[in-house]
Amino acid sequence: MVEGALVAGCRFFAGYPITPASEISEILSIKLPRLDGTFIQMEDEIASLGAVIGASLAGVKSMTATSGPGFSLMQENLGFAIMAEVPCVIVNVMRGGPSTGLPTFPSQSDVMQARWGTHGDHPAIALSASTVRECYEMTVKAFNLSEKFRTPVVLLMDEVVAHMREKMVLPDEDDVEVFNRVKPTVPPEWYMPYEDTPRGVPAMANFGEGYRYHVTGLTHDVRGFPTSRPDEIGPFIARLHRKISQHFSEIQMAEFFQTEDAEITIVAYGCVARSARRAMIEARERGIKVGLLKLVTIWPFARSAVEKVLQKSRILLVPEMNMGQISREVKRVNPGVAKVFTLNKVDGTIITPEEILNRITEVA
Amino acid sequence: MSYRYEVRLSGSGGQGLILMGIILAEAIGIYDGKYVAQTQSYGPEARGGSSKSEVIVSDEEIDYPKAMHLDLLLAMSQKSCDEFYPDLKPDGLLIVDSTFVTQVPTAKAFQVPFTRIAREKFNREVVANIIALGALAQLTPIVSARAVESAVLARVPKGTEKLNRDALKAGMNAARRAKEAWTKLEVVPEVPKEDLLDSY
Repeated sequence: MVEGALVAGCRFFAGYPITPASEISEILSIKLPRLDGTFIQMEDEIASLGAVIGASLAGVKSMTATSGPGFSLMQENLGFAIMAEVPCVIVNVMRGGPSTGLPTFPSQSDVMQARWGTHGDHPAIALSASTVRECYEMTVKAFNLSEKFRTPVVLLMDEVVAHMREKMVLPDEDDVEVFNRVKPTVPPEWYMPYEDTPRGVPAMANFGEGYRYHVTGLTHDVRGFPTSRPDEIGPFIARLHRKISQHFSEIQMAEFFQTEDAEITIVAYGCVARSARRAMIEARERGIKVGLLKLVTIWPFARSAVEKVLQKSRILLVPEMNMGQISREVKRVNPGVAKVFTLNKVDGTIITPEEILNRITEVA
Repeated sequence: MSYRYEVRLSGSGGQGLILMGIILAEAIGIYDGKYVAQTQSYGPEARGGSSKSEVIVSDEEIDYPKAMHLDLLLAMSQKSCDEFYPDLKPDGLLIVDSTFVTQVPTAKAFQVPFTRIAREKFNREVVANIIALGALAQLTPIVSARAVESAVLARVPKGTEKLNRDALKAGMNAARRAKEAWTKLEVVPEVPKEDLLDSY
């Protein structure tokens, strides 16, 4: 993830150590200063995200990393970043909760928090990873999406994936696609920091480059100043949603494994997707036609991908290390032809291929 | 046909099992060039508590990254030996630190007093994990001794290279002796049945 962040151009990190996300801070604290970047250990997670937002406004790609308890503290500033349209990346290595919970054990229980944790009606982008390679790729992707859409992006990891070591060969830096925020081309006196554009994303000026504008968490007009005019509020909130929703196809990533002829499709993400893949192979050896839909983008929910497998399979199984946060979404988009079954585990251990296989034979 | 080899290194927190797993994974993945996935599980305590580290080796991409049926179990405490022995395959390899594991569940176990060697020979208990790594490299075909040595030397702090290399060698030698003892144990001829009857 660190390598992904650095290749994507991240040069600022502020955070507060927390298991199981401390390794990201640890390595960045060594590597960032060597690249003329900045690493700050803040007094808590609230200040961490505050510092990240400030750095990003000054034009530096920034990130922070935390786990459940810290992510709770960040919710207020996460909303601020959405409102003020400040790109940044927040890594949440999920652990068992609520509260201090299970610091060293894996979980997937912050899925809904990543969507609705901060108050107000807002769009959200959250990505997941299930291999070390994906940690790298998704970190790059997270930075690209955040820069492209001027919005915070959450990377939802779990302890298994975050603490896993696997072999991977880093791609050549020149082969990695990196997107940088669009800067204004107009002179400073003409600059409208929150102007609507066809893409819904206004150009972003770096603080200190002559473009003076106002940044606030209050609902604001195109100049960034607080407004109470309904004809400005409505279009602004609508644009916040539209800039994400009109690019769903670009944001929503999912992988299909042998879903073409599958009667039963497993929908999984994160470390559980790996168990599901093994379960799929073993089920096929037993003659049960099982496929796998791996969700890479968690939010916005990859409706079109799920609808594709809903048309082909008569049964969907959603194994998750929570009480069913994504299965609700799957049920929501299910028109009713297929049956959706869940497999929930909240004891701090990963769902095993055997458990998925048992559930498959149960529901088949 | 692809193969999958599963290793679990277990014991209590502070024995260096996770570092051992990392070094083993690096030896296999980087120096021997196979597919490898290393994961870990530990309690919130820095010392004491239970700790384990798992390394999966394969010649193709690894899906499920945790161990299911162990090919090799290293137990550095009696508790972990008792807890994880049932996960070992019938023909799996059990290596125990006989400093702590006094009751072995099978006669086929390799018993080497890693911690005692570390204490008495090196006066440094912390190298017990490196000694165990040496033994492991000697007893299993999944990793070459040279790869383990390179991986160890790339990981350890500067100035401790000699100590760690010696610890590795001590582990290999101890394993060789354990293997010889084990072979001897195997060739002990069974008492022929007739003789047994004669004794009545």
